[in-house]
Amino acid sequence: MKIVVCVEQVPDTETRVRVAPSGAAISEADVQTWIVSPYDEFAIEEALRIKEAKGGEVVLVSVGPERAQQALRTGLAMGADSALLVKDAALDATDTLGTARALAAAIRTLGTIDLVLCGQQGVGGDHSQIPGMLAELLELPQVTVAVKIEIGDGQATVEREIEGARETWTTPLPAVISAQKGLNEPRYAALKGIMAAKKKPLTVVDLAGLGLDAAAVAPKVRITRLELPPPRPAVRMIEGDAAAQAQELVRVLHEEAKVI
Amino acid sequence: MGVILTFAEQRDGKLRRASLETLSEARRLAGALAASVTTVVIGPGSEALAAELTAQGADRIVVFDDPAFGSYASESYARALAQAISEAKPSAVLVPFTAMGKDLAPRVAAKIGAGLASDCVALEAKDGRLVGRRPMYAGKAYATVEWAGEPQMATLRPNVFPLGPKDAARPVDLVRGAADASARAKVTGVSATAQGKIQLSEAQIIVSGGRGLKGPENFHLVESLAEALGAAVGASRAVVDAGWVDHQLQVGQTGRTVSPSLYVACGISGAIQHLAGMSSSKYIVAINKDKDAPIFKVADYGIVGDLFELLPRLTEAAKAHRAARG
Repeated sequence: MKIVVCVEQVPDTETRVRVAPSGAAISEADVQTWIVSPYDEFAIEEALRIKEAKGGEVVLVSVGPERAQQALRTGLAMGADSALLVKDAALDATDTLGTARALAAAIRTLGTIDLVLCGQQGVGGDHSQIPGMLAELLELPQVTVAVKIEIGDGQATVEREIEGARETWTTPLPAVISAQKGLNEPRYAALKGIMAAKKKPLTVVDLAGLGLDAAAVAPKVRITRLELPPPRPAVRMIEGDAAAQAQELVRVLHEEAKVI
Repeated sequence: MGVILTFAEQRDGKLRRASLETLSEARRLAGALAASVTTVVIGPGSEALAAELTAQGADRIVVFDDPAFGSYASESYARALAQAISEAKPSAVLVPFTAMGKDLAPRVAAKIGAGLASDCVALEAKDGRLVGRRPMYAGKAYATVEWAGEPQMATLRPNVFPLGPKDAARPVDLVRGAADASARAKVTGVSATAQGKIQLSEAQIIVSGGRGLKGPENFHLVESLAEALGAAVGASRAVVDAGWVDHQLQVGQTGRTVSPSLYVACGISGAIQHLAGMSSSKYIVAINKDKDAPIFKVADYGIVGDLFELLPRLTEAAKAHRAARG
């Protein structure tokens, strides 16, 4: 099986976000650690498990700047076979649809594929849009927010979460499936894998190389301002023994906050 | 006159509350945008929902009331909704950010080449166009967004937009749509999940437990308090990763972002990724034995104490409060 995994490099989840001088983006200078988006790690892990069970190859695809190569090297160190980075100045200001168009164009250069896996959302942007957009652009079926994937003969059985229930879906392959937490436990890249990753092919391509122009990725949604949430009021500590604290808390929640 | 189009999610002939919230917001914006509101509802039994949607503010209802749309499928629902959009030519398309809306809206946006802003928590009309506000980094930052071109598509966070007044006297304008209902990826089964009777994303009150509970055998203390308060149960990443509870309960950057009226954090120290996911709650209560825990920095009310003494007493006090109020 040829499995494509879409990977985004994002700030570590413990990052204290600050706003850039432009006022419309985060300050990258204040991001100390960049990581593979956690949901994409579940997608990479699932691809590797399918490859281990069924044979085949795992190709990583990313849209991002030069630093995104580190995220791809991490995925290669986990065990993916090759990686493709779409890097172009025109993509710096693009939105989800532009990103999905670039990913779709990159995936089309890979020939016949059996499966596209993505994280269910990129941590940070939190859009949850790429999997569905990609499926539409590639004219493939989609199953999103998967917590279980079983690959059969030319088809997959997928469990996905909805409010208060779990749905079972079946889809013919190829399809786009997005990974939710709970799908698996991603492996850590071992030293051997890290060494091997250095020799694995990582190709960088620009938009022209994919037959796209800047107009195709011009953003339809633009951030005009980014701000930190307002600071919260100071805490009021409730003193006394446990019984008194419990009584007092219920009282203030009812009488002052009026939330119970 | 312009059109704002909303998608109303129904399952088994019942509208989700988020569908009505989205419609209420469209109605509110319709005045400023000099627009009428068209609502699309897909699936068997849709036609019977027209009166309720009209009362909630829709000027026109487009139904795809066909047994072939019996269970949700991304491809067929996207085809029907895109068709309704191409006929109505709306300036804005609003979809609730539910599991269904989250799956559906991106496919539709790609089909029609529209810009889509996810999980909006506020929308305003400015110079005849929309301006949206949405959390990023699970709420560590808020972005103001604008669209180029039309339709301007947005998904709306449930439990944030208020329901507007209902007017049962409004006349129903019903349009029956038809579309190819075929889909390759299909639902073949549904099973209810036992965990959490009240959904985190829709809960008014959430009681969350963390590592301070010391072990999964003590998590019932949080569940009992949640029950006494009529609350949903949440958890920190630490206890989810330790396998105490299902990941569906996780609040924070790799779990759910929540903004209930009341969030009670029990034995949660307050890692940045957790604070991001809950600090937009209206009121926050922190109970922790460590007085220096970061959770107290976002809390409105704090108790330094032993969970094993406090939680049972708090549960009793909450039960007594409920009983007294009838």
